[in-house]
Amino acid sequence: MTSGWSLYITLFTLAFMIGACWLVWWQRKGSPGGVGFGESMGHDFDGIQELNNPLPRWWLGTFLGSILFAAAYLVLYPGLGAYQGLLGWSSRGQYDGEMKDVEAKYGPLYDRYAGMAIPALLAEEQALRIGERVFANNCARCHGADARGGVGFPDLTDDDWLFGGEPDVIKATIAAGRIGVMPPFAPAIGGEAGIPAVVAYVRSLSGQSGDAQLIEQGKAKFQAVCFACHGVDGKGNKVLGAPNLTDDIWLFGGKPDDIAFGLRNGRTAQMPAHADLLDARKVHLVAAYVYSLSHAPTEEAGRAGGKPPRAEADDEHEKDRDSQ
Amino acid sequence: MSPGTVPTLHYDYKVVRQFSIMAVVWAVIGMLVGVLLAAQLIWPELTYGVPWLSYGRLRPLHTNAVIFAFGGSALIGTSYYVVQRTCATRLFLPGLAALTFWGWQLIIVLAVVTLPLGITSAKEYAELEWPIDLLIAVVWISYAVVFFGTVGQRRVRHIYVANWFYGAFILTIALLHVVNSLEVPVSLTKSYSIYPGAIDAMVQWWYGHNAVGFFLTAGFLGMMYYFVPKQAERPVYSYRLSVVHFWALIGIYMWAGPHHLHYTVVPDWAQTLGMVFSIILWAPSWGGMINGIMTLSGAWEKLRTDPIIRFMIVALSFYGMSTFEGPMMSIKAVNALSHDTDWTIGHVHSGALGWVAMITFGCLYHLIPRLYGKKQMHSVAAINVHFWLSTIGVVFYIASMWIAGLMQGLMWRAVNDDGTLTYTFIEALKATYPYYGGRLLGGVIFLAGAVLMAWNVWKTVAGAQPVSESVPAPATASAYPAASPRPA
Repeated sequence: MTSGWSLYITLFTLAFMIGACWLVWWQRKGSPGGVGFGESMGHDFDGIQELNNPLPRWWLGTFLGSILFAAAYLVLYPGLGAYQGLLGWSSRGQYDGEMKDVEAKYGPLYDRYAGMAIPALLAEEQALRIGERVFANNCARCHGADARGGVGFPDLTDDDWLFGGEPDVIKATIAAGRIGVMPPFAPAIGGEAGIPAVVAYVRSLSGQSGDAQLIEQGKAKFQAVCFACHGVDGKGNKVLGAPNLTDDIWLFGGKPDDIAFGLRNGRTAQMPAHADLLDARKVHLVAAYVYSLSHAPTEEAGRAGGKPPRAEADDEHEKDRDSQ
Repeated sequence: MSPGTVPTLHYDYKVVRQFSIMAVVWAVIGMLVGVLLAAQLIWPELTYGVPWLSYGRLRPLHTNAVIFAFGGSALIGTSYYVVQRTCATRLFLPGLAALTFWGWQLIIVLAVVTLPLGITSAKEYAELEWPIDLLIAVVWISYAVVFFGTVGQRRVRHIYVANWFYGAFILTIALLHVVNSLEVPVSLTKSYSIYPGAIDAMVQWWYGHNAVGFFLTAGFLGMMYYFVPKQAERPVYSYRLSVVHFWALIGIYMWAGPHHLHYTVVPDWAQTLGMVFSIILWAPSWGGMINGIMTLSGAWEKLRTDPIIRFMIVALSFYGMSTFEGPMMSIKAVNALSHDTDWTIGHVHSGALGWVAMITFGCLYHLIPRLYGKKQMHSVAAINVHFWLSTIGVVFYIASMWIAGLMQGLMWRAVNDDGTLTYTFIEALKATYPYYGGRLLGGVIFLAGAVLMAWNVWKTVAGAQPVSESVPAPATASAYPAASPRPA
């Protein structure tokens, strides 16, 4: 802030505070035109008279007290232009201070878990609980409180992965986000006329019955166009995030109309990057939680020291939260 | 001008009657939309996903309808009545006054059409798009010309305090509206604010808070200063207090806007000034309450028999409560808890229903019979029922929102011993449902009172002859010396 602006703000502020005090002082007493306290001012507005009663003392005290409070506050805190106040307070400083306090209090716990591999964390009840809370407050709005997802948002409990379910891949997905795009492909498969055939073939990949002739036609089109991302066998491609079409798990629905819609209009799904929203240690913990949803701790807990299975941890967690 | 020699003048009551009746109509419509919104918060699918009935589009319709349609019609109508009678003259340019009526109603109808269509500038309480903004400016300046022209041709020496407040309200709203609505049109139905980022937020809340301060406070204080002494048949308690609290109120309100932007990118100094001036604003706000209540204090026995006085005293009490609550919520530590919670909604409605609507109901019950040559409303018993419906409705509403807001604020900040948040947003929302129910109930009760009023007004004015009242020769007021310093 330039000193000119600073002066402008300061002078205006003080002028209004002093003006308020002057207003009170000016009207504090006296008998204007010889009108005594409690008497009528002699005005008559449509029959309304006005009395010359004094300002109530408690009201006056409140008014002046609030101005004094304001003056003291402006001495202590930034308000008068560029003046920073005796306390040296700033909202940035308060934020940094609070973050430091939080780091001092919880940092060691998070550091400890950050140093552990995700499979090992499956046996750490508290780590998973933290991950679950971070998930509930950040991820649940799309993936659902039960992590089972919805239309356009993947189910995270089924061990079926668009971009891969290895711990490091999950972490990368959370930190950097993902964009999955399927362009509209109707023109490439013969327009509207070609859609039912491809739909029938795609559905047949997960064992759904359909018109054999249509399926045969669809297969030819699929092998000419769709295979580029979804693979010749329809099992998808995790590098591109192209879904496996053979497992009867559907991101946007598996009904013929749903699939036809995707062919006609394409599909776009985005998971936002969380690296700037969450501390890297929290990304690690929420990744562990997501991993735990499709991996029983028993298979790997042996290596980590045989901690109680996940189900019990969940129960205790519920109890904890109920008692709060 | 020499009083007494002018030919008999008649007050212009037609435009007052028009605004008064429309105030009642818009009250019912605006509150009905509010009740629908309260229900949508409990049952989001209530309107079957019809876009123009969706919450986001109806919410600005509700605020515009209750503030500018109901409140605006009541303010303009009563100001035309009060300024004529306290200046002992008729309206300046009655034709222009008629234009303000039709212009204002046209603006409201345009709001009713455009807001549900999703046409919005996205500025809170200033959602209407630029062509309507221009129309508002024209109508508002016309209103100012009529009002100040009438004051200018007054036949009493002093300007009554009610007119100071109405005058401050008119001037300030003109300034606020023009500055906040500076925008660049990109099409007939879309414009963008000329202010960038944080400056836009500052201008928006300078406007938004002073819309509360000058539209919903100063304007209605003008109403109060005329109708309370008239209905109580008592002199105004303290002229001196009215001078001090008027100048203090209008001087200090202007600073309070940034308290809507605590803990944001708005600079610390601006946040601090917004907070400290909000605290200084407490006493000047209470000056109006003291003057109103002390004016009524010589007429306490009328509380037993006169439901209009009851409306006024309860309105003044809610005014006092919400003008204490506001400064309190502007304190950063309190705001850190209350911001974005339903406490804010409760605070707004404590002022909007408790103060604005109830003082308006009281004043209209005084005014409407006089405009139609009746001694009183068709049913005084119905006024009394309306009073209780309003009071109970407000209490249900604000108590629900207070509890809900505090609970939300506390749930949002609750932290587990591992540093994670104890509750998710959804959990806080789920816990709020019962209070949304309480709020809906309060709103329905309050709306029922307004519907009862509409019926009572209908029965009072149907078939009644509009009154033509002559302006009395000015009283001896002008013979008095200037008794004390008067506002410029």
